[in-house]
Amino acid sequence: MANPLLEVRNLRVEFPTRKGTLVAVDDISLSIAPGEVLGVVGESGAGKSMTGAAIIGLIEPPGRVADGEILLDGRRIDNLSYDEMRKIRGKEIGAIFQDPLTSLNPLYRVSEQLIETITTHMDLTEKQARARALDLLKEVGIPAAEERLDHYPHQFSGGMRQRVVIALALCAEPRLIIADEPTTALDVSIQAQIITLLKRLCREHQTAIMLVTHDMGVIAETADRVAVMYAGRIAEVGPVQDVIKRARHPYTEGLMGAIPTIGGRDDLLTQIDGSMPRLTAIPNGCAFHPRCPKVHFKCHTVRPDLIGDGSHSASCWLMEKQAAQGDSQ
Amino acid sequence: MIAFVIRRLFQALLVMLVVALIGFTMFRYVGDPVAQMVGQDTSLEDRAKLRQDLGLNDPVPLQFARFIGNTVQGKFGISYRIGRPVDELLADRLPATLELSLLAALFAIVVGVPLGVYTGLYPRRWLSHVFLTVSLIGISLPTFVIGILLILLFGVTLGWLPTFGRGETVDIGLWDTGLLTVSGWQSIIMPAFTLGMFQLALIMRLVRSEMLEVLRTDFVKFARARGLSNRAVHFGHALKNTLVPVITITGLQVGSLIAFAIITETVFQWPGMGLLFLQAIQFVDIPVMSTYLILVAFIFVVINLIVDLLYYVVDPRLRVERSGGGH
Repeated sequence: MANPLLEVRNLRVEFPTRKGTLVAVDDISLSIAPGEVLGVVGESGAGKSMTGAAIIGLIEPPGRVADGEILLDGRRIDNLSYDEMRKIRGKEIGAIFQDPLTSLNPLYRVSEQLIETITTHMDLTEKQARARALDLLKEVGIPAAEERLDHYPHQFSGGMRQRVVIALALCAEPRLIIADEPTTALDVSIQAQIITLLKRLCREHQTAIMLVTHDMGVIAETADRVAVMYAGRIAEVGPVQDVIKRARHPYTEGLMGAIPTIGGRDDLLTQIDGSMPRLTAIPNGCAFHPRCPKVHFKCHTVRPDLIGDGSHSASCWLMEKQAAQGDSQ
Repeated sequence: MIAFVIRRLFQALLVMLVVALIGFTMFRYVGDPVAQMVGQDTSLEDRAKLRQDLGLNDPVPLQFARFIGNTVQGKFGISYRIGRPVDELLADRLPATLELSLLAALFAIVVGVPLGVYTGLYPRRWLSHVFLTVSLIGISLPTFVIGILLILLFGVTLGWLPTFGRGETVDIGLWDTGLLTVSGWQSIIMPAFTLGMFQLALIMRLVRSEMLEVLRTDFVKFARARGLSNRAVHFGHALKNTLVPVITITGLQVGSLIAFAIITETVFQWPGMGLLFLQAIQFVDIPVMSTYLILVAFIFVVINLIVDLLYYVVDPRLRVERSGGGH
């Protein structure tokens, strides 16, 4: 991929605790091209939100980036000071959080929060900023925006609040948006609207998105590529259709098998036995091996790296076998 | 908004009526007012006449109505002990107490809130630990100990500050203020510090724990993610959200500062209401006691009203009529 917008190299996020160091994100590399939507999917605790937090430099202490590099346009941003990073947050990289009900400050008008963000990053007068705030609200599809502009967050419904949050994230035309479970807290009917909105806005503004979610359906609808995370590592990454139709990692296969499809026979739903290991007790070798239906002895001891062709790869020893078979044919 | 104020005023009125009833009951039934007023050698006829003149033979509701009427006009009767009208006594004493307690409250807020913010923002810095430890001392040492230690150090050993009284006061109309003279300020420093110390520690710890709480919320995280400056995040978004509980506690505390400054006033021989009240208890000076009761209730009611109005100013969610359910 030529000139990725964002590149994460060998990122490792650690949490020192009394019982020892927890590794929330373990040696993750990924990249996002300008205007691309990268889905990051995984169970709770797989490290997907933590990866997002690391990119915008907001990991809560005592957590820290222990190793690796994060590059925006080829420039390292993981070692910037708080103030330097502050100029990137909101301006270059926007963020949308899970719960729109708690993302907005209840004591400030929507207009105040928008204008404050706009004037922080752009050289505009109060009046110009207000005009821009109004445009943004219209753009995210808030009806009667003139009137709603000066309302307080509690006067909006959940879906409308998430639209406001999106408007806030778009204030300074960032080139990348980290959307951390943007639809999880919303009604299913609203989810589709928000996803459609996100997609449209990013197409229009050429904004790339890192879409963090545990909802494979949302990924399938929205993302260009998808990274499947498991226990702090990337299990599989590739173009979204490839990954869905030809999953290479047994974990991804399991995830796909567990999604009910309308019209499909529901007795064919499979499930992955057991649950993801706690970060305190990640097994040796491949972290997935205790739950893997295709486990063999090598998985117990040696941890697989991402293997595959240029765009679609998985960290599984089966890949090695397939590659070997491919050679012999 | 107006409906809310009227509702609150009505409630306040109800509270005051109940308190007035208690004050009236004390006045009327704790001991015999006539026996308290006259000397030993007053004849029975004179006593009966006095009883008639005072209206003590009238039906009780009528007496109560008259009591309220007098109270509203500021006529609280005559002190048994001093023989002067109670309202005059209070007018002498109230400025001293109000100046002392309001200054103490101001000191507690002006110092306590910033310290609370600091210790909330930087819980791990050693300076925060120092503040917290000192505040623990402020909370756990009894007021009189702090007062006496201050007197010993600044009054006796160093001789910098006067150890008792209000210093020179200036009469400005109804108000007798000590805040316009140097000696007045010198005199008020130690009592105000002593009185405010506990409140300071309380406010600081409250602000700190609220800050810690608020800094963990999503909207603060989101404010950071929007690239706002630290100052905007900490003082705009975080501090404002700590205000509602802080206003509640501070309001109640200011009330009790005014009402119960007794210990500090005693230690520093401060000529305020507390001292008056203490002496009234010793001499069973019922008019003074019942007036004090009503006055204190009035102060609390007024402060609570102000606090409720401040909620309205701070939190827009309260401005919506309670129909939506939840928030």
